[in-house]
Amino acid sequence: MKFMRRKLIIGGTLSTGALVVGWWFAHERDRLGGRDTFKARDGEVALNGWVKVSRSGTIIVAAPRAEMGQGIHTALAALVAEEMDAKWEDVRVEDAADLGIYRNVEMLLEDARAQDPGLMRDIALWAGSRVAGILGVSATGGSTATRDAWEPMRLAGASARELLLRAAARKAGVKQADLMIVDSRVSTRDGKQVATFGELVDAVGKLQPLDGVPVKKPADFKLIGKELPRLDVAAKVTGTATFGVDVRLPDMLYAAIANSPVFGGKPKGFTIPTGGLPKGVVKVVELPTAIAVVGDSWWKAQRYLNEQLKIQWDDGPNAKLDSATLMRDYEAQSRAVGDAAKTRSFQTAPVAQRPMERGIEATYRAPYLAHATMEPMNCTALFVDGRLRLWMPNQSPSLMRYVAAKTAEIDQAQVTIHTTYLGGGFGRRAEPDLVRQAVAIAKAVPGKPVQVMWSREEDMRHDFYRPMAVARMQARASKEAAWEWRCRLVGQSATGQFIDRVLRLGEQGDPDGNSVERPPYGFPSYRLEAVVPKGPVPVGFWRSVGHSHTAFFDECFLDEVALAMNKDPLALRRELLKDQPRHLAVLDAAAKAAGWGTPLASGIGRGIALRQSFGSIVAQVAEVAIEGGAIRVKRVVCAVDCGRVVNPAIVRAQMESGIVYGLSAALYGEITIKNGAVEQGNFPDYDVVRLADMPVIETVIVGSPDSPMGGVGEPGTPPIAPAVGNAIFALTGKRLRSLPFKLA
Amino acid sequence: MVAITINGERRDVAAEPDKPLLWVLREDLALVGTKFGCGVAACGACTVHVDGQAMRSCSVLLEQVAGREVVTIEGLGGERLHAVQMAWIELQVPQCGYCQPGFMMATAALLKEKPKPTDAEIDAALTNICRCGTYQSIRKAVHRAAALTEARR
Ligand code: FES
Ligand code: FES
Repeated sequence: MKFMRRKLIIGGTLSTGALVVGWWFAHERDRLGGRDTFKARDGEVALNGWVKVSRSGTIIVAAPRAEMGQGIHTALAALVAEEMDAKWEDVRVEDAADLGIYRNVEMLLEDARAQDPGLMRDIALWAGSRVAGILGVSATGGSTATRDAWEPMRLAGASARELLLRAAARKAGVKQADLMIVDSRVSTRDGKQVATFGELVDAVGKLQPLDGVPVKKPADFKLIGKELPRLDVAAKVTGTATFGVDVRLPDMLYAAIANSPVFGGKPKGFTIPTGGLPKGVVKVVELPTAIAVVGDSWWKAQRYLNEQLKIQWDDGPNAKLDSATLMRDYEAQSRAVGDAAKTRSFQTAPVAQRPMERGIEATYRAPYLAHATMEPMNCTALFVDGRLRLWMPNQSPSLMRYVAAKTAEIDQAQVTIHTTYLGGGFGRRAEPDLVRQAVAIAKAVPGKPVQVMWSREEDMRHDFYRPMAVARMQARASKEAAWEWRCRLVGQSATGQFIDRVLRLGEQGDPDGNSVERPPYGFPSYRLEAVVPKGPVPVGFWRSVGHSHTAFFDECFLDEVALAMNKDPLALRRELLKDQPRHLAVLDAAAKAAGWGTPLASGIGRGIALRQSFGSIVAQVAEVAIEGGAIRVKRVVCAVDCGRVVNPAIVRAQMESGIVYGLSAALYGEITIKNGAVEQGNFPDYDVVRLADMPVIETVIVGSPDSPMGGVGEPGTPPIAPAVGNAIFALTGKRLRSLPFKLA
Repeated sequence: MVAITINGERRDVAAEPDKPLLWVLREDLALVGTKFGCGVAACGACTVHVDGQAMRSCSVLLEQVAGREVVTIEGLGGERLHAVQMAWIELQVPQCGYCQPGFMMATAALLKEKPKPTDAEIDAALTNICRCGTYQSIRKAVHRAAALTEARR
């Protein structure tokens, strides 16, 4: 039982990210950093590891997290600017170096390796779960980033402010207590101007950075909680923001890639047609699982790969792999009784048979899904004199550096990572597969930078997919009360495979990352089981990870239970949440804003769903119509409680973004595998929501500033599929139990 | 050599005539604001103007634009920001931002044709993909850009 509990805690850690961050704090000593941590350029002075000020008055904040659209640069900078009383218009961010105060993944990997082998598995699990928490959670949309930065970055701002005040007091020959700061200007309390931040650069450079300065009380916040404009917007509307594919270096070459079409296959060889390589194509490089064509133009390299080069593949053991067959196998496993070797379970004491009880049962299915980030996968590498430089849109510089050094067989100190803007991440860019390819290719053309980019087809066929899953759901209830909830879920573990694939620590066949977890509802008895098959299909962290499918299973099935009990779906949820005030408040806020219970125009159905993930609670009400035989989502009302809010505009944007991402999956997303290879290749066969499908979205932020801060990058995604599924049932009486929804 | 006008400037391009305009822009002319998303005219990330019309440059060959006028995101505004860009800033549209140049180019072309588009016209004209799901802000920003354009007249 003890063992089981720990598993569940780890599972919970991975799915919420909260404990991971908690753990991290426990180990942190000093995250303030010194002057040399944040390199000052001419005319700048570093006040600590997080902030610099320039003579012209610019406040430069270190941004250790990847900006992939979630607004994290803006949110993090606001924490520092708030404590400094800085003028927001003068604030900008700069990429932080890959150093300990900004969090360091390989430190933790080394911890794991250094342990007594007897402890290896446990430590590896911890390390793995922490890494996964960081990559899969923080990476997928800032779900942990703001929580992680809340203390250290505010402290850094407070310390910087104190230093500036001290310098100003000396300069003006007044007591520090008589000074105040408004909008980056220091003045005396009676209004006499003393200096701007820019004018204090030289004086402040002579003072020692300060530690342990108290931060503001929330009541005094001027920037936190405001809809501050984003720092990345100007570059993004003028076309000057540099994404990974926009990196241009002198004499740069480009590489196009053909990965083995069959998972686990490898090249046997290739034939260059007679006449040799055409002009502009420099080299063909054989990689462990792919062939690369290097040229002076990506277009030329890709065309040569498509039209000229003949590659012979060894398909390996998976040439017959078929996702439809796999699905049938999963279904059989979902019906199996008893505990197979790979089953993990959690169960509370069973409740005895009751009078008038009914058993309710249903099987739900979710397919593999690709991330399809707008910017195709890429990485630019330069290998010269045993040193490696990489430019890439990535979600973890530490991990990329670790993998790059291993691949190149050089010391990590010889590797520099430049993180560009990310054209979408959603969990895909936590994977170091592109680093391995780019490093190998760069070594084949030493001294020349090479930009490796995948075509959209490669991107879609060689993703790390959201795992396919089947869940057998069961409940027992009478007309009056519901008392048992059961879920038996079959699906690969994204976390387990990641630990094996990236950290080479052996596959962990645990339900981690599948988020088989106890719903917040007050059923007296639970039984949760996870069957975790291993398999050759690469799986990974897809925005909201396991919640993306388990929320669909749980919340649609709960509506089935309500139907069996002859109760309104909202009313049953309210009853079952009576001891969960935060959940109840979110549910009620969504229902109220949506007008739950009020009449709808004819031809419209309404559905509700709720999910807690990554420390935040989100409820959504969807209104759905059927038009021309197609499901049309007209309106979505979303209520979110994410604890304290740093920037409400960003919270709303992230809810909308998460809903659209989940809606694409609910209406269209499906990756299928035949003869070992993915059948879909580009947007025409992996369609996504566009403007014409776009519902009106209204977001209500339920304030709970005293609750622990939750994430916002991912929690918007899980409830949308079940809310739509429940609305389809309300409208048509058809219970659709497979994603994507198909009416016929 | 193929002669084209890019953002008001005449250029002789030494690329293959059958090279798609997208790659000419990105590789030969260092104009990387125009993005590659799919290569098959399905996503709109590569949208530019050719003689004032929105076109998906991944599927237009260099020889097809010989002697014609091409405008990219870098040249959309000229001296000051274009009304579309102003509206995009005002409504804080971009998230990751990768799809946005394509959306803004498509919007600018739409507004030239239909200065006051309805929601339905916007939905029909802008079939681009945004994986970050900024569509709701885009809809608002298109209306805002229409109003700003009118005010500038
Ligand atoms: S890249 Fe041209 S439409 Fe997608
Ligand atoms: S803003 Fe990221 S794809 Fe549109």
